[in-house]
Amino acid sequence: MRKHPTSEPLPSEITPRQHYVNRREIIAGLAGVGLALTAPAALAGARLTYRKNARYSTNEAANSQEDITTYNNYYEFGTGKADPAERAGQFKPAPWSVTIGGEAEVTGTFTLEDILKPHALEERIYRLRCVEAWSMVIPWVGFPLGDLIRRCKPTSRAKYVAFKTVYRPAEMPGQRFAVLDWPYVEGLRMDEAMHPLTILAVGLYGEVLPNQNGAPLRLVVPWKYGFKGIKSIVEIRFTERMPPTTWNLSAPGEYGFYANVNPQVDHPRWSQAEERRIGGSLFTPKQPTRMFNGYANEVASLYAGLDLRKNY
Amino acid sequence: MKPARPLLFLACSLPLAWLAARAFGLAGHGLGANPISELIHQLGLWGLRLLLVTLCVTPLTVTLRKPKLLQFRRMLGLFSFTYLALHFLTWLVLDQSLRPAAILADIVKRPYITVGFAALLMLLPLAVTSTQRWMRRLGRRWHRLHQLIYPAAILGCVHFWWQVKADWREPLVYAVALAGLLAWRWRRAAMRRPVPVRIAQSEV
Repeated sequence: MRKHPTSEPLPSEITPRQHYVNRREIIAGLAGVGLALTAPAALAGARLTYRKNARYSTNEAANSQEDITTYNNYYEFGTGKADPAERAGQFKPAPWSVTIGGEAEVTGTFTLEDILKPHALEERIYRLRCVEAWSMVIPWVGFPLGDLIRRCKPTSRAKYVAFKTVYRPAEMPGQRFAVLDWPYVEGLRMDEAMHPLTILAVGLYGEVLPNQNGAPLRLVVPWKYGFKGIKSIVEIRFTERMPPTTWNLSAPGEYGFYANVNPQVDHPRWSQAEERRIGGSLFTPKQPTRMFNGYANEVASLYAGLDLRKNY
Repeated sequence: MKPARPLLFLACSLPLAWLAARAFGLAGHGLGANPISELIHQLGLWGLRLLLVTLCVTPLTVTLRKPKLLQFRRMLGLFSFTYLALHFLTWLVLDQSLRPAAILADIVKRPYITVGFAALLMLLPLAVTSTQRWMRRLGRRWHRLHQLIYPAAILGCVHFWWQVKADWREPLVYAVALAGLLAWRWRRAAMRRPVPVRIAQSEV
């Protein structure tokens, strides 16, 4: 075992891989029902235990649970805003496992329970700004991605973190047509991934994440456009080179790797200067979009010297 | 054929009535989380649908040999214009809050808004000159003027296509329908082109 007295070792560091994989198959075969009941992701809508993180939460009014769970961009379930809520019912977020790979000392495939165990969940009320110029305020429940990354002990070659969404066309009807190049992939620079604002969310409004919001595990990066927040993550990979990202592959002139919220750099087809806050009436005017979605104090230093017009 | 016109009027009004009901939250229905966007989208969609239905009238009249169908064309066209004008006004008043600078900037800088606006401007004189009086007054020029519906419909489809982020399947359906309607007219025009005099004489 490696000497890191302060950080809790991953189970995989103690048990050889072939043993725990083997064991897991036996357990799954013997007690599938019991296991499913203990898995948090098995109970959509179940209450989670968490503490509120006021420091990183906005005091703006959160959007209603109904708005957050019925107005979604999750193309794996269809390209209409109502599609995910209507068509995500067949999706099975449990059992779930995540493969950690690439430039790190701790790699392998872990159950979601193993991933979550050492982390205390907290609620973060974040603004979410979609690249389509609408926005919401969402009370996520999750934990800092940086805490998980530290447990994986990335090597000095790890400059980026790449993420991948599950590919299950049988359960995700949107994946049966190549609107995008499935599976969805995203990535962050290491310093972005380690930033305390970046979280992996497992819940919403104190409850287990609904399927349409990216169950059972999704990324939330509040100063970037919503599409960076990859959903239903099955792979986290540490890389030396900038990883490909789905929307950038789809339309490189419109969506960059960074995708930082920036009212001064318009989408080629529409303005990003303003946003429509969801939850208003027919007569609520749009509101100005803030640099880095209002998180400039926390994150602007990450991009010192970077031309944000070129690196959109 | 007598009740046909009121029935058509009713049918064309239904989407608008349904949208109004949703806007006022009647019978437990709403416009969803983003009501302004939904209103603009639905009005534009119905305007484009009715524009394509309007363009179906002439081919149907000819192929079915039912000249009476032609009487419905004006009402369909005017309904299409009404939906598209409301689509524009909703954007102008509710989305842009009537701010001249923002509106002008969008019309000039955003190509999809530019083409949509251009299409509406083309349809405006058609709506104005849709009366019998204007038809008589303009004579043959009326037909030439009303051919503006073709570029307007093309721009309408482009306007729809350019807003889509990746899923072009829905705008494709409209574009293919329009292409079919234009192809029919192009073929008909080609067939009706006067036969060159030389050949005609040799056949006599």
